[in-house]
Amino acid sequence: MNSSSIVAETFAKLQQKSRTAWQSLRDRPLILVGTATCGRAAGALEILKVIKEELEKHGIDAQVLEVGCMGHCYAEPLVTVYKPGFPPISYGYVTEGIAGRLVQDFLGGDDPCLEFALAALETNDMVPALTDFPRGMIEKPIILDKCGLIDPEQIEHYIALGGYAAQARALTREPEWVVEEIKASGLRGRGGAGFPTGRKWETCRLAPGEKKYVICNADEGDPGAFMDRAILESNPHEVLEGLAIAAYAVGARQGYFYIRAEYPLAVERVKKAIEQARQAGLLGTNILGSGFSFDVDVFQGSGAFVCGEETALIASMEGEPGLPRHRPPFPATAGLRGRPTVINNVKTLAYVPHIIERGAQWFRETGTAGSPGTAVFALAGKVINTGLAEVPMGTTLRQLVYDVGSGIPKGKSFKAVQIGGPSGGCLPEAALDMPIDFDSLSQAGAMMGSGGMVILDEDDCMVEIARFFLDFTQKESCGKCTMCRLGTRQMLDILEAITKGQGKPGDIELLLELAEDVKAGSLCGLGKTAPNPVLSTIRYFRDEYEAHIKERRCPALMCQELIAYYILPEKCERSCDACVGSCPVEAIYTNEDRVKVIDQQKCVKCASCLEACPPQYKAVVKLSPPELVAERGRKV
Amino acid sequence: MHLTEGEKRVALEQTGNILESYSRERGNLIPILQQVQEKLGYVPLVAMEEVARHLGIPPVDVYSVATFYNQFRLIPPGKHQIKVCMGTACHMKGGNIILDCWKRRLGIDVNEVTPDREFSLERVACVGCCTMAPVTVIDEEVHGKVTPTRVDGLLFSFGVKIPKGQQKEGEAVEQQ
Ligand SMILES: Cc1cc2nc3c(=O)[nH]c(=O)nc-3n(C[C@H](O)[C@H](O)[C@H](O)COP(=O)(O)O)c2cc1C
Ligand code: SF4
Ligand code: SF4
Ligand code: FES
Repeated sequence: MNSSSIVAETFAKLQQKSRTAWQSLRDRPLILVGTATCGRAAGALEILKVIKEELEKHGIDAQVLEVGCMGHCYAEPLVTVYKPGFPPISYGYVTEGIAGRLVQDFLGGDDPCLEFALAALETNDMVPALTDFPRGMIEKPIILDKCGLIDPEQIEHYIALGGYAAQARALTREPEWVVEEIKASGLRGRGGAGFPTGRKWETCRLAPGEKKYVICNADEGDPGAFMDRAILESNPHEVLEGLAIAAYAVGARQGYFYIRAEYPLAVERVKKAIEQARQAGLLGTNILGSGFSFDVDVFQGSGAFVCGEETALIASMEGEPGLPRHRPPFPATAGLRGRPTVINNVKTLAYVPHIIERGAQWFRETGTAGSPGTAVFALAGKVINTGLAEVPMGTTLRQLVYDVGSGIPKGKSFKAVQIGGPSGGCLPEAALDMPIDFDSLSQAGAMMGSGGMVILDEDDCMVEIARFFLDFTQKESCGKCTMCRLGTRQMLDILEAITKGQGKPGDIELLLELAEDVKAGSLCGLGKTAPNPVLSTIRYFRDEYEAHIKERRCPALMCQELIAYYILPEKCERSCDACVGSCPVEAIYTNEDRVKVIDQQKCVKCASCLEACPPQYKAVVKLSPPELVAERGRKV
Repeated sequence: MHLTEGEKRVALEQTGNILESYSRERGNLIPILQQVQEKLGYVPLVAMEEVARHLGIPPVDVYSVATFYNQFRLIPPGKHQIKVCMGTACHMKGGNIILDCWKRRLGIDVNEVTPDREFSLERVACVGCCTMAPVTVIDEEVHGKVTPTRVDGLLFSFGVKIPKGQQKEGEAVEQQ
């Protein structure tokens, strides 16, 4: 028997075993509870406990599984119930009470409690399915397809649904075939820059040297992005399989996951996945009898944003401070310990098994000519349905914000969307109809970056968000390049002055000038892109900068030093005391007319009173500039 | 911050144990420091010197790595570690206001420890729960949608009472 047929046969056995395990789950009712970090923060572990207790109490025989994130983070905690005779139904915003009802009434009785249902997972004539909603029509899950549906800590689930078949397939072909297939698919790196993955692999494959490495970049440092975390927590095997295929393609025998320190659950699940893959013979020596050997370790980052940059990442793995190095040579020819090294983002690797399994042509059917495939976005900020969404490249921002995200909460109006984190930019309403892919975004002054997307509404100040990102990059600059270290400092000083009402005429021009210098004088992507948030906000929201500088006014009422909290005497209900109790510093007193008044000296601008004032009165407002308070006082 | 002789001894002992399982390669530096921090809660100077000796590199190299990365603490943390998320989503939803609340209630600044060593305060960049913004992580547990009132409530759950009508701004509440 040749090695190809050994591989096929060994894998078929593994697949058979896994399918049997998966099928056996369906004999009785099955409850899935999403316990990724987002679910846990919403209380999923308590829900899990209640469900188990209730099942026990009522003597109901059902299986309970912990799964990852389905992307509907806004509705966490999320529970999905499979009961024979019913379509699989997901329930959102599950409380302990709802969890109890699901067990008693649905599993114990036959009432599917549709009043709590979010949607069904398949079309049926009882409950609308996810795919019936506008969101479901736009989304096209490729790499998120199993997230939230399988237990990430059981390799059988992944295998039963088709996992590791691509690795088995690749092992029966030549490594060159794998490289060619990825090249033909047009896959571009999802770590930010969009570099063609196939070309990177080819360079590494052709680079001379016995020892080579592959590294999965899971540093995800962009504050506001959580796609990589969700994937690693929900389906780590998919990424591991992609890494193993990359290793086979380039000829590496050792791989690493470089995971951010802030993601303890991802670390734990990846480690488990590696262990299980080893035991199943999918990692280690002579994988599936193919003669190919490959193993993987986890390296934990230590909280430096710049270490997401590939050469800094390598430096930190070598025990050095994470300072980027000059490229070329690129890591693909001289990387970790000087050896040829492929570094790919989590998502990039997650696509690989799908492409090997279904073919380059299939992959190209989705997305645009220049950016094939899908894009995964993390929607956060002022949008109703926060969470993860995977959509074809070329989807418009409007579809993402309004159809997938269901628009802006509280009836507020959309102002901008911040894409690509600290290297990206803010796009205004006028850009909403732009199809998103790597190239269109950079033309508009933003960047695909990691896929973090923060939606901003009328209450968000664009100068403040520019200041926020610059503050971030300034702190994270590794300090190697003067322009990046000091130029950003100077820009930040100017922005801070503007947000405090101390801006001067000419500041905007100075910012533009400094931005160009910082871009030109920086070695790595951090410095080169740090000015982007400033440049794009000046480009699209210059009037807001001017209001701060010329009128000492923050139009969005956000900049703390330029606003004051004020209770409208004509609206204050007098006998209501809601704000007084809410104030953490006792700044609110009652005047002789029994109207509540804020002592501006004491007020620390925490917004508690604004939240506390009952909606029928809406007596607490923010005023900018703060001098308006005194003016009003005179008028009364 | 001065360490007691006892603390130094424990630090050395633990570091020694950790070093036993690592070969003398420079590439092990960060994993070793992470282990030390996991065991001790911080990376004291004496441990860094020990690590340097083990790897055969100058102590200043270890020091430069420990100070470059945000993760490493050079002083012992409080019994409860409060980390306020300062990522984009949290910032836009008032993360700075929440951070101010913690500072005010604890009477300490970021990267400081209360005198009784009960609490320490840190900022973190995005813990990946942006949909729950603003987020505070206390001892690895993520609390979402935090408000100033919730800050008081959380402190209350640790037995800290906030005397009404007494505290002035910036004054420590519990520990005087
Ligand atoms: C400052 C900086 C931070 C970066 N952070 C990340 C990151 O968190 N994750 C990531 O995958 N790539 C990050 N990158 C991009 C990497 O350098 C590298 O291009 C990428 O990991 C390559 O993978 P890909 O080809 O699959 O995109 C960063 C780059 C820079 C300049
Ligand atoms: S551009 Fe900034 S972060 Fe990048 S190497 Fe230079 S100083 Fe370091
Ligand atoms: S904003 Fe906060 S501190 Fe100021 S009056 Fe209102 S509740 Fe009190
Ligand atoms: S910004 Fe706070 S969790 Fe992401």
